Amino acid sequence: MSATGIGASVKRKEDIRFITGKGHYLDDINRPGQAYAYFLRSPHAHATIDRIDTAEARKSPGVVAIFAGDDIAADKVGGLICGWMIHSKDGSPMKAGAHPALAQGKVRYVGDHVAVVIADTYARARDAAEKIEVSYSELPAVIDLARAAAPAQAQLHDAAPNNTIFNWHIGDKAATDAAFASAAHVTKLDLVNNRLIPNAMEPRSAIGDYDAGTDTLTLYTTSQNPHVARLVLSAFVGLAPEHKFRVIAPDVGGGFGSKIFIYAEETVCAWASKKIDRPVKWTAERTESFLSDAHGRDHVTHAELALDAQGKITGLRAHTIANLGAYMSTFSSFVPTYAYAPLLSGQYDIPNIYCEVDAVYTNTAPVDAYRGAGRPEAAFLVERIVEIAARETGRDPAELRRINFVKAFPHQTPVLMAYDTGDFGGALDKALELADYKGASRRKAESAAKGKLRGIGISAYIEACGVAPSQAVGMLGGGVGLWESAEVRVNPIGTVEVLTGCHSHGQGNETTYAQLVSSRLGIPIENVSVVHGDTDKVQFGMGTYGSRSGAVGMSALSKALDKVEAKAKKVAGHVLEASEGDIEFKEGKFTVKGTDKSIDFGSVALNAYTAHKFNGQELEPGLKEGAFWDPTNFTFPAGVHICELEIDPETGVVTIDRWTAVDDFGKLINPMIVEGQVHGGIAQGVGQALLEGARYNEDGQLVTASYMDYCMPRADNLPSFKVETIETPCPSNPLGLKGCGEAGAIAAPPAVINAITDALGHEDVAMPATPQVVWRAAQKTATKRAAE
Amino acid sequence: MAMTMTGEATLPAARGKVWALLNDPEVLKGCIPGCQSLERNGDNGFSAVVKTKIGPVAATFKGKVVLSDIVPEVSYRIAGEGEGGVAGFAKGGAKVSLADVEGGTLLRYDVEAHVGGKMAQLGSRLVDGVAKGMADKFFASFAEAAGGRVAPAAPAPEPLAAAAPPSAARAARPLVGEAKVIPQQTSWLRRIWEWFMLLWR
Repeated sequence: MSATGIGASVKRKEDIRFITGKGHYLDDINRPGQAYAYFLRSPHAHATIDRIDTAEARKSPGVVAIFAGDDIAADKVGGLICGWMIHSKDGSPMKAGAHPALAQGKVRYVGDHVAVVIADTYARARDAAEKIEVSYSELPAVIDLARAAAPAQAQLHDAAPNNTIFNWHIGDKAATDAAFASAAHVTKLDLVNNRLIPNAMEPRSAIGDYDAGTDTLTLYTTSQNPHVARLVLSAFVGLAPEHKFRVIAPDVGGGFGSKIFIYAEETVCAWASKKIDRPVKWTAERTESFLSDAHGRDHVTHAELALDAQGKITGLRAHTIANLGAYMSTFSSFVPTYAYAPLLSGQYDIPNIYCEVDAVYTNTAPVDAYRGAGRPEAAFLVERIVEIAARETGRDPAELRRINFVKAFPHQTPVLMAYDTGDFGGALDKALELADYKGASRRKAESAAKGKLRGIGISAYIEACGVAPSQAVGMLGGGVGLWESAEVRVNPIGTVEVLTGCHSHGQGNETTYAQLVSSRLGIPIENVSVVHGDTDKVQFGMGTYGSRSGAVGMSALSKALDKVEAKAKKVAGHVLEASEGDIEFKEGKFTVKGTDKSIDFGSVALNAYTAHKFNGQELEPGLKEGAFWDPTNFTFPAGVHICELEIDPETGVVTIDRWTAVDDFGKLINPMIVEGQVHGGIAQGVGQALLEGARYNEDGQLVTASYMDYCMPRADNLPSFKVETIETPCPSNPLGLKGCGEAGAIAAPPAVINAITDALGHEDVAMPATPQVVWRAAQKTATKRAAE
Repeated sequence: MAMTMTGEATLPAARGKVWALLNDPEVLKGCIPGCQSLERNGDNGFSAVVKTKIGPVAATFKGKVVLSDIVPEVSYRIAGEGEGGVAGFAKGGAKVSLADVEGGTLLRYDVEAHVGGKMAQLGSRLVDGVAKGMADKFFASFAEAAGGRVAPAAPAPEPLAAAAPPSAARAARPLVGEAKVIPQQTSWLRRIWEWFMLLWR
């Protein structure tokens, strides 16, 4: 292994510019003549718009234009789409209401876009917006997802009766019910997966920049997938054809899923720029991010687990109501269906699974993928119910897991997934040892002596990443293929540019991709640059989400490097006057087998471009190759996280004392980056478990719309993590990668709640387990123990 | 943000006079801090423009107020709503009743109010304090109009939330959805103001 190749913990190349303030985030970009957009948002959760009076606002200084829903409609600007078709149990397609970029006659959540004011400064646009008079007729708001489909509720969209988008299911109901009928023990669980607000460090931002001279539209946008944005805005919204439309996503400061989607604001900026023939810029204020970034999670679930007398799981069934908010976001239908229920087998051999999911509209912000996207919801369900089953049947939670683990691969679950490889028992053994699981009872006694309650919680999660074979995606309703592309451009002096359709917004791709190139071509990583985020530079690609930029993006790169090597060998053969088959390529040198005749990579590159040593008709000059990689399966990262914590029953404060993670991500490119991803994921998962909860009041007002009321995890909420890995290489891609970006956020919530409930001795703790929640639960513990 | 307030106050004026004052737009306009206009539109309604500031959110509320269930000099139901543009909206309703007592008139009120939009997102914890602070100003003016003087308030009024230090604002945060403000022994003028302010919420 070289110091900069695969497997080396190379420091991230991109960090120098980020930590020295030299990054180019969207708000750093300004275009000549640019105007600024301010979005007037609905203060009501649900209302008809009777009248919008902009007369006074138009007289306000600096105002260039004011647009509302009618203007969008008059220009036939298409609505925002949901790109994944789900069919209900009865075979009918999902019932989606229209999603206009500016509200047309009705607002459906607080923060919905009513009008846009464009002025020569942002402050003037805001001031003018104050003068717009909107007459609303308020309608009753539908907020509680559990009651959204009940009779006599207000209706959000005519297209979706009973506010129901679909009633979907997966698995064999009859077989699962039969398993329950003959079960020795059934564990039941009602749970809420709390609604989260993504909170990327960089707020969303956009500049629409239309060039009338060339009739081309450029959109700068904080996107995780600029090509998908261009595709949607061209093909469905109809802003400009793809060849006249450039989308640039520069340095992006975190996304966590929330920047996958195509939002109203960038749509309007791009459209308005053409309308007024000036660049139009918008950057979200933090409150706007709270209100209008797509939220995450928000499930209410009833689940049951059937076990036989030996503790073997024989069935699992679940009914989930998923809140998709007021409009369907870009992939919102996929998250609570195929990103969720197929993971309900967990790491276990469960012969019978059945899951129903009802997706509902409510008068809240749209809900879509957020770090983990469906898989945290599945892991929380499975790891909570398995833990409770162990407690109810008097078994050690680690042992109950062990006897039910999938041990032979490949393993076909009853819910679609074919697990290719893994070592679940190995990860558990290692985690138990690192966490000193055996010593937990001694530590509990020590805590008890101090008046504290100590608990230990296990989470043995599995997820599906690197989504997925495009044919499978198409069969399941996806509107896109989920392959990835890469292009390797070797310059005449032997430096390399990698162009990737993946986008880096915190993943460190500029380093890991360079490491792969460095390993394969034997050149220093300084000689490799990674280009992404610009549809004019990079061939089509699908972007970064679902931990795919390694497993899928680097597989494409690997395939392109194969082609570069093959071509370079031909060139080397001509230069060395040997046949191509006799050329060996190792550590950056092309050598004629069995001789000391060799030439380095840089010289081959130069020869490829000078083309002096070969006939240009027989061998094309140049050295540039591209590849598209379509996965043959999902990848299945899995692992065991163990959380040990202490509760102060007097205050309800939870202090996480130890965190042990043993993850199987297959092969690792850069262990340091992997560990960083695990750290960040755990922090977000702990945030969900202990701190974060988006709350709408009964009127539909978002009362957690600032950091005063929405609590993010901080360093002092977390211990120093013990992060280790085991390695079962993924067989479905050339590098053996599984993906590591979401694992922590998936693993952490059940580990924390299992630990808290272990400490308290009862299961009645909801997320986020704030000091108030835990204090109340601790009172119940005290009452219960006093009665015993 | 639903907020409820109930209370009562003894006013040193005859019932007929209190009733008349409470129905006189000119008197009320002079008493409401930040009131830019208050005009009767129809028999049982007013339109009002009030400029106010709740924490970081400054807004001009354009509102309408409708009186119903009117029993002259005895009681009415009053409902108001105002749009504050970018700041959001406020609306509320109150059952107000008057009764003779020794030395004047007893006024009872029972109010429910909601705010929405930016005020709910950023200012929810400040709304109570602002309402109380403005109430004191209103009652001083209203007492003068009624020919009386403000009785010294028993407890110190809550500081204007906009000027309150963050810790005080945090302490004053109502429970979401069920903020209850029950004035105790406060200035009678302040109590009247409290319900009156809510007309424009």
